[in-house]
Amino acid sequence: MAKKKMPSVKKIYVDYNSTTPVHPEVVEAMMPYYRNVFGNASSIHRFGQEAHRALDLARESIAKLLNCDTSEIVFTSGGTESDNHAIKGIVSAASASSAMASAGNHIITSKIEHSAVLSPCKYLENTAGAVVTYLPVDEYGVVGLQKLDEALTDKTILVSIMSGNNEVGTLQPVEEIGRIIAKHNESRIAKGQRPVYFHTDAVQCAGKISLDLKKLNIDLLSLSSHKIYGPKGVGALFIRKGTKIHPLIHGGHHEKSRRAGTENIPGIAGFGKACDLAVKNMATETKKIAGLRDAIWQGISKKIECVRRNGHPEKCLSNTLNVSFEFIEGESLLLNLDLKGIAASTGSACTSGSLEPSHVLSAMGVDPVTSQSSIRFSLGMLNTQQDVDYILDVLPGIVTKLREMSPLYKKKKRAG
Amino acid sequence: MQYSEKVMEHFRNPRNVGEIENPDGTGRAGNPVCGDIMELYIKVKDGRIVDAKFKTFGCGAAIATSSMVTQMVKGKTIEEALNISNKTVAENLGGLPPIKMHCSVLAENALRSAINDYLSKKK
Repeated sequence: MAKKKMPSVKKIYVDYNSTTPVHPEVVEAMMPYYRNVFGNASSIHRFGQEAHRALDLARESIAKLLNCDTSEIVFTSGGTESDNHAIKGIVSAASASSAMASAGNHIITSKIEHSAVLSPCKYLENTAGAVVTYLPVDEYGVVGLQKLDEALTDKTILVSIMSGNNEVGTLQPVEEIGRIIAKHNESRIAKGQRPVYFHTDAVQCAGKISLDLKKLNIDLLSLSSHKIYGPKGVGALFIRKGTKIHPLIHGGHHEKSRRAGTENIPGIAGFGKACDLAVKNMATETKKIAGLRDAIWQGISKKIECVRRNGHPEKCLSNTLNVSFEFIEGESLLLNLDLKGIAASTGSACTSGSLEPSHVLSAMGVDPVTSQSSIRFSLGMLNTQQDVDYILDVLPGIVTKLREMSPLYKKKKRAG
Repeated sequence: MQYSEKVMEHFRNPRNVGEIENPDGTGRAGNPVCGDIMELYIKVKDGRIVDAKFKTFGCGAAIATSSMVTQMVKGKTIEEALNISNKTVAENLGGLPPIKMHCSVLAENALRSAINDYLSKKK
């Protein structure tokens, strides 16, 4: 009897918004700094100098990705630290300056930010007397510019609005937001007041859309290495020259006293390489990935009834697709996909410990039940048309099975 | 968060999915806003639950506890069935992650609601 060929176990990763694999060239770029070039970048000897050179090179790579000055880049431990640094650092600097103490404690952010922005804001509300405005969004997850304009007061010190949303992919009009804030600042500067700073969490946007900081009125911008095929544990905060901000982590004179702690040289070198690759591959990769993402949505909407896409149909990260499958719950759909080798996600990995419906979908006006029925596909470098075909092959069966099990679907069928 | 092997086994192959025609008792528990609704149907003969089925909208733990509780009640008297608690359902599944313990409460509530429905109809 001929041996039956064992079916190979599929492993399809469509959760790139939670993290990405490290690019092989990035791994290569990091290796020397684990082996021979292990010096402390603060040391004066040649070991230290070599390490420092790696730091300089990586800073150039990040500055190139953002079109900013190398002196405006501070390395951090990741996106969460960058967000915390931006928000707490601005509030701390504002309250420390005696002239400013009465001038401001107001932060404007949006309801759909990542928890790395929302939690520091809540913390400052509770402990530092900050007043926070959480701007609403429309049904696509876009912040209203009029609402922002109206929210700006003499007490405002910081606006923090993300560039691209991790859960639904919606892009915010950061260019216009920057313009509104700049306009507001004109009169402030004329009065000798401190300007309102604009921070954006661009963790999901880096490598997907071009961020030209010479053109955009952005003062602070957060990046994370592991979302762009770099290693985990590294990120950066862009701080525009002249911005009055305090450090988050105090200690030695690293990063020109803006962020203490011995630099993670291998990680930073890898992050630099990842930025080089992002600059080089952005145009071709985003086009390819958007094509695959669109194919998944077209397939789903053709093959499965009662589905809806969440997020903006055009102003969206090229790789992100958030879909509600009515009458079934997201986690059971995810687990079934995982059993078939497909790794997707419900909303955000950072909120998966929570049972609440997604705060992003809620802010977009998605009802809680539909929100619980949502999953996110976020694609990346290694995805292929075969992956898309496989997903579209197994997904309808899983949805049918779970709907047959659902008391909500039964009612819908009866209602006709 | 990790599910036990037993939970995953019941999730993969849930027992007693479906409805019973003319059930003697129908129970309902949960709230779709929280992401869980369970409907449980029982058939009772001579004071004993002879069949139980369920329909559930919910996470992996909700489906596994539905499957387990329907399996546990079959063949039990009403009195015995009323002794099934959320803890025994969870124990039979090799435990549940703390954040998912409420799913076992859901199973207990759905069962009690079905039994109450049966008892009220009997009167």
